[in-house]
Amino acid sequence: MKIIKSIAFWTVILALGILVEMLGRFEYINPYVIQVLELIGINIILVSSLNIINGFLGEFAIGHAGFMATGAYLSAICTVKFHMPFALGFLAAGLLSGLIAYLIGVPAFKTFGDYLAVITLGFNMIIVNLLNNLEYVGAARGMVGLPKSTNFIWVFCATILTLIIFRNIIFSNYGRIWTAIRENTLAAEMMGINVVRSKMVAFAIAGCFAGLAGALWGHMLQYINPSSFTYLKSTDMLTMLYLGGVGSLTGSVLGAVLMTGLLEILRDLGVWRMVIGPVILVLIMLTKPLGLFGSRELKIVQPKSDREEVQKYVSHAGRKHNNEL
Amino acid sequence: MSLMQVENITMNFDGLRAVQNFNLDLQEGELIGLIGPNGAGKTTVFNILTGVYIPSQGTVTFAGENITKHAPWQINRSGIARTFQNIRLFDNMTVLDNIKVAMNYQMKYKMFSAVLRTPKYRQEESMVLKESLEMLQLFNLVEKYNFLAKNLSYGEQRRLEIARALTTKPRLLLLDEPAAGMNAKESEELMHLISWIHKKFNLTILLIEHHMPVVMGICQRIKVLDFGQTIAEGTPDEIKNNPKVIEAYLGEEVDH
Repeated sequence: MKIIKSIAFWTVILALGILVEMLGRFEYINPYVIQVLELIGINIILVSSLNIINGFLGEFAIGHAGFMATGAYLSAICTVKFHMPFALGFLAAGLLSGLIAYLIGVPAFKTFGDYLAVITLGFNMIIVNLLNNLEYVGAARGMVGLPKSTNFIWVFCATILTLIIFRNIIFSNYGRIWTAIRENTLAAEMMGINVVRSKMVAFAIAGCFAGLAGALWGHMLQYINPSSFTYLKSTDMLTMLYLGGVGSLTGSVLGAVLMTGLLEILRDLGVWRMVIGPVILVLIMLTKPLGLFGSRELKIVQPKSDREEVQKYVSHAGRKHNNEL
Repeated sequence: MSLMQVENITMNFDGLRAVQNFNLDLQEGELIGLIGPNGAGKTTVFNILTGVYIPSQGTVTFAGENITKHAPWQINRSGIARTFQNIRLFDNMTVLDNIKVAMNYQMKYKMFSAVLRTPKYRQEESMVLKESLEMLQLFNLVEKYNFLAKNLSYGEQRRLEIARALTTKPRLLLLDEPAAGMNAKESEELMHLISWIHKKFNLTILLIEHHMPVVMGICQRIKVLDFGQTIAEGTPDEIKNNPKVIEAYLGEEVDH
């Protein structure tokens, strides 16, 4: 019964995605609206992956656009220069970005304190400067002629899968370890947790998904250039993260949807859009430092089987008091 | 059987000698107290034993293995757990998750299994859930499983911290001033708790404490530190009447 229910649920979700894709293809929905929806999906992937580091692990990384850039460029090289199918470029982008993130973790987590922020920002700048000077990928002009491989259904499935994967990891041993490190690193270490290694794994996963999002983004706009991936882009992600809620997947989705939507609505304001984001960030920090959702999750995000099992145990054994104490 | 030998440990912090030539031989199943005035170096000793500090000199051997330079997580895995003077719980996690974290390395599944929720994942998670609930049950915390750790009362937080340390299945438990900030009644309950877990879990316990009644009541042997040096060692009765100890705690007696 439970299986049938969940199959039905996911079929409906998938059908909805296909429906929107079809409506878009036959232009019942404005292509612009489709693109905004795609952008929202990509931003959800970016923000939730950033949330792994900044929210669950409790570190402060501010160069997430760097991983997005490596993903976007590598996938573009795969499709434009080597004429590989997009799917391959997409996977390669994820793998390479994850690997780079892991390697950055080596120096970053050997130190302690706020060095991670500096190192990630430095990495972001290095990547942008490198791309600006690399003739092979068009230097400052960027790369053009990327195939239009990203469509709504790609983004839709990637977003849903990302969220499922993150949710499953976060409610597993791995997620608990990350949260424990955030809450009290020394106590976590005294629980037998190899803190440096756990942090590096988290960092690699976050980098990997940022790379995937970058690949989708590049093949949506069909044009990428280094200036799209500066620290301003990283700041956008931070704004969405802190708007929605640190340490909450629900918050990441909410933040990405609200902020992306808002920026599109305010498109007429031109340059003033650049002011809106930071102002929102300041207002959130003053009123709700943990974001709109805080670190809470919607009930559907939490694993259900656990709750039932615990309830059963507690109602059965809860009244037995240990009188030896 | 000797469980832990600490030989000639000295710890210097930029010229300040926090601990000097500290020796300790712990027998399996002992309950030993480490006392001394503020700043005597007790917590420094704990930090050395748990790998937070690497001593300037000396060695720590646990169960036949030299652990002097091991990291805290390695030391925990070889069988030492501790609590902290200022309670260090995972404040924004539930009581249940605090315990589950302590079972982290008893779970062998990989991330792949976690993502796909494979049978291995489900089986290990349900084992962990069951054992965690049993542990909470023992410490009368099961009804509060869903509370955030920071919302527990002070006494409950202490209990949870001890329960969490025990969940890592240690052979040696280090308790750093568990009665700090407790009133007479609470520290009496704590005394009871410590001697109960000592028997129930068949543990070796090393206890730092300020409350004399607690230490005198339950410890089999007591070691007294002052200014980084061991000034006395013996049974509670011997310690009580040792002039050096009285001097360290109350100051020198002045003849008129």
